[in-house]
Amino acid sequence: MAAFLPSFETPALLFFVEVLVGGLLSGLMYSLVALGFVLIYKASGVFNFAQGAMVFFAVLSFVGFQELGLPFWAALPVTIGLMILVGMATERMVLRPLVNQNENTLLMATIGLAFVIEGLAQLAWGVDVRRIELGIKDEPIMWLADRTGIFVSQLDIVAGVVAGVMVIVLSILFSATKAGRGLRAVADDPAAALSVGIPLKQIWMLVWATAGVVALVAGMLWGARSGVQFALVLLALKAMPVLIIGGFTSVPGVIVAGLIVGATEKLAEVYIGPAFGGGIEGWAPYMLAVFFLFIRPEGLFGEKIIRRV
Amino acid sequence: MFYREAGQFRTSYAQDSQMLPLWQDKLGMIAILTIAFGIVPFVASDYWLSALLIPWLILSLVALGQNILMGYAGQLSLGAAGFMAVGAFACYNLMLRVEGMPFLLAVPLSGLIAAAVGIFFGLPSLRIRGLYLAVATLASQFFIVWVLDKFGWFKNYDIAGVITAQPITVLGHTFATPQEKYWIVVGIVVLLAWAAKNMARGSIGRGWMAVRDMDVAAEATGLPLMRTKLQAFAISSFYCGVGGALYAFAFLQTVEPSAFTIELSFRILFMVVIGGLGTILGSFLGAGFILLTPIFLNIAFHAILGKAVDATIASALEQVIFGVMIIAFLILEPHGLARLWQLAKERLRLWPFPY
Amino acid sequence: MQENRKPSDATRRRALPIAALGALLALAGAETISTSHAAEQYFGVPSSRVGPYSAMGTGYYGGIIDYMNYVNMKEGGVNGVKLTWEECETEYNASRTVECYQRLLQKGDQRLVVFDVLGTPGAYAVIGRMAPDNVVLAQFGYGRTDAADGRVWPWVFGAHSNYWSQIAMKLNFIQQKEGGIEKMKGKKLVHLHIDTAFGREPLPAFRQIAKEWGFELTEISIAPPGLEQQSQWLQIRQLRPDWVTFWGAGSGMNSTAMTSAARVGFPREKMIYVTFGGAEEDMIPAGDAAKGTFVVANAVPGKNFPLVADIEKVVYGAGKGNLQNPTRVGTVYWNRGVAAAVMWVEALRNAQKIHNKVGKTVTGPEFRDGYEAIAMTPDRLKELGIEGMIPPFKLSCANHEGAGKFKMMQWDGGKFQIVTDWMGPNDPASIRKQIEDSAAKFAAENGVTPRTCPAA
Repeated sequence: MAAFLPSFETPALLFFVEVLVGGLLSGLMYSLVALGFVLIYKASGVFNFAQGAMVFFAVLSFVGFQELGLPFWAALPVTIGLMILVGMATERMVLRPLVNQNENTLLMATIGLAFVIEGLAQLAWGVDVRRIELGIKDEPIMWLADRTGIFVSQLDIVAGVVAGVMVIVLSILFSATKAGRGLRAVADDPAAALSVGIPLKQIWMLVWATAGVVALVAGMLWGARSGVQFALVLLALKAMPVLIIGGFTSVPGVIVAGLIVGATEKLAEVYIGPAFGGGIEGWAPYMLAVFFLFIRPEGLFGEKIIRRV
Repeated sequence: MFYREAGQFRTSYAQDSQMLPLWQDKLGMIAILTIAFGIVPFVASDYWLSALLIPWLILSLVALGQNILMGYAGQLSLGAAGFMAVGAFACYNLMLRVEGMPFLLAVPLSGLIAAAVGIFFGLPSLRIRGLYLAVATLASQFFIVWVLDKFGWFKNYDIAGVITAQPITVLGHTFATPQEKYWIVVGIVVLLAWAAKNMARGSIGRGWMAVRDMDVAAEATGLPLMRTKLQAFAISSFYCGVGGALYAFAFLQTVEPSAFTIELSFRILFMVVIGGLGTILGSFLGAGFILLTPIFLNIAFHAILGKAVDATIASALEQVIFGVMIIAFLILEPHGLARLWQLAKERLRLWPFPY
Repeated sequence: MQENRKPSDATRRRALPIAALGALLALAGAETISTSHAAEQYFGVPSSRVGPYSAMGTGYYGGIIDYMNYVNMKEGGVNGVKLTWEECETEYNASRTVECYQRLLQKGDQRLVVFDVLGTPGAYAVIGRMAPDNVVLAQFGYGRTDAADGRVWPWVFGAHSNYWSQIAMKLNFIQQKEGGIEKMKGKKLVHLHIDTAFGREPLPAFRQIAKEWGFELTEISIAPPGLEQQSQWLQIRQLRPDWVTFWGAGSGMNSTAMTSAARVGFPREKMIYVTFGGAEEDMIPAGDAAKGTFVVANAVPGKNFPLVADIEKVVYGAGKGNLQNPTRVGTVYWNRGVAAAVMWVEALRNAQKIHNKVGKTVTGPEFRDGYEAIAMTPDRLKELGIEGMIPPFKLSCANHEGAGKFKMMQWDGGKFQIVTDWMGPNDPASIRKQIEDSAAKFAAENGVTPRTCPAA
């Protein structure tokens, strides 16, 4: 806190670097949320509208279990177990009856799911706003600030590392394991995958459970910054430009797109925003996304769409 | 027994191109219109008119616009609330700045302004498809609301950035009571729904559907792709703009740009999907379901449970039930509520002797 | 409903004689009594219990309902008139608020007399309906500021203090800390606000004072929900302002502002929160980052008020409390709800007295007169058991604001510490003039003829 001294001049270039670094790192926080969307889109071709609700539900349950007296390391597996249950229930009660329906119907079903999860979360744990303690300070790293004059938050660094690790793990999972190959087969053509003996149900269950775990991680990091509360549901909006720039089907694309979106958003707001009274970061990432789509309509890393008559 | 097409022949082109070829349908339509114009405004309470029926009709109109774009032309868009905002603020400014501007002229003009904006934001559709297009149209949603928010001119430099809609005056008479406003709204909605039905079943609508089903094929058969897509965007935005103007003038009366949030856009999307893509009726049913179900659940919970159950729990429970209802409807009938009506009609045709 | 008509035995025994007495008095004084059952006064409770604003809604409306329950249980209603109410979920959105307003407007043969929606968007959405429907809009420290001019807005009240007074009070606090108005010259202030009508509401008064005092005001906006504020705080870091006035809504935005301030190393002791952004529910999620933050209070939190202690004993003791979590009794939003309900009930009492309807149901216009006659003298506040919770104030035909005073609190990491006494703008007359000018502009634009008020 002592770092904010009136004599502490920030040179313009250094400030630019700081905005850029801050933008890149907060972009990775978006990537974490976007990752959950990609997983489900890859496996079931659904834009899972309920992902934001899952983030809220997961972290609220985690904090709730801790309030019930469970220590951190016990609450974590219990919450993961709960998210796996949610994934299984979703597969059984929502996806299976709607198999072979078109995209719009499935999208709508996930919206219904979002209402259910939001309602259940508030029913089970109440509407009180809570704090989550991760032991990571959301404060500038002092030795970095002293040496370079750039403020970078510890939480941002941790989030960046976590996002990176998760992407690597998930990429390996997709490319090198049997379940991952099954998953890609399901994504290409569910009926064909089923006919060659790939267990569709298990794959879907696995994916939804994984998305639940990803939601928990995203919720923990965002909750540490903004408090564990309903507004976390709205994080989904932040993930959307990341999704289209990265392509809905690419796990590594999420990271790259997160970096692009985060940096653009911050630079635009800090350097162009004041001229218009601010607030341009609300739409700047979407404009950027449109620009990218003009060049590549399926996102940077999305699978090329080939259309034949 | 009563719903048979047998014996009703079409002997001329005029007869063949009627909107409602069966006398039963005609009778039904006359009955609905009589109820809507002649009975409802006299029997419904002010609460029903001003808090349920007026917003329902207005949102049905917007859903119709969304349906034209999404259900008929197959362009997934998420900017409906943004175009509503254009309509609302265009109407306010027309009334404010043009001396003697009649309300009934200002409304279609605001629709046209919304249509122009719609064409501009429809341009990405020429290259982008599907979910990618939906997210791209979100740019319009955020951008429009931001512009309206940031530039004081649109709000006549009101200190809080809020506009107060001028009174609705037609031919010297001011439409102030809920009943009078209802008449204005129902009149405009019926007119535009009729227009939409005719567009949808005419060559314009066939063009949209060709683009929806396979745009590459449509282009190969000589359909001007650009014109068809942009036309769908323009007409859809026109409906949203008119709806937005009515939303501000006949429903809310005091509006700020941030009333047209992304949540509203999403809700309009829900209405279209749950009501039935590519149907006029579905827009009305879907708007009714999404708008009214949470309200009725809230009323029912307070009436049945009273204060025995904590109101916070009741509110959360309402959300859960609403979500379950959406999922249940989709499992029951994935093609929307309108499809249920169609199935009922087919049953009715054979009733009471189905064999 | 059921619950209200069945108070616990103890209270019933106490309530019966009072009610009987009230009825007798009414019989003696009034011409006829048409209703056979005890008179009731109906209130609407447009709460927001789910969604991003749930912490606010559950606390505030919990306080209102608890106080109404308390009046029924302890005193058998107001002069024997039982308070009844109906709740409606607004989800803090304008269209649902309009629906709730219309739904609550009429209940059987009872009609709504007062509407309090705890939110500027909601207040703006219904403000035009008040005069034609004869309903009082009670904006407890929120909503349309120039409604403080009762000549233009006879049906709208901003008691006891509005946003312009609030920003002016903050600036008064700042200039005292800085050592006088002359020291303010050349200082830098940032108004960090949510990008809605609510966030912009204080700006006219703020800009005016900035001009007069010669400090530099920078306005930076946050798009809701505001879970990510790094760009705003980086701008603040670059500007290095002396103070930040924060005007947010929803606990996501409010707690993120403090954690983001910590990220760029801005001292929390230089941040002043608006009444709506600063409650325990906003501070706790930010953890250590919240420590030192200043918050303005229009109803002081805490349990050391006789009324709060009594509600806890009577209502919560009987297990009839409205809060899911009873430890929230005495928090910012709950106390504010209690204070709001105290004003409703005081208005009802006045209305019964003025219109000679003691022990009877009053109508909207009668309630309005009662509200306008609210005079919270220090003695009266003491009688009500809330001395020190709200400032003493008096409403009149022209003045629909009252006090224009607040207390400054500071978060010590666990609870709020009060750091000032009641404090108003440095120049209240200039704020009042701005309010009257703005109301006059509205009246001119919308063809409203201001009523004339007797000189005070």
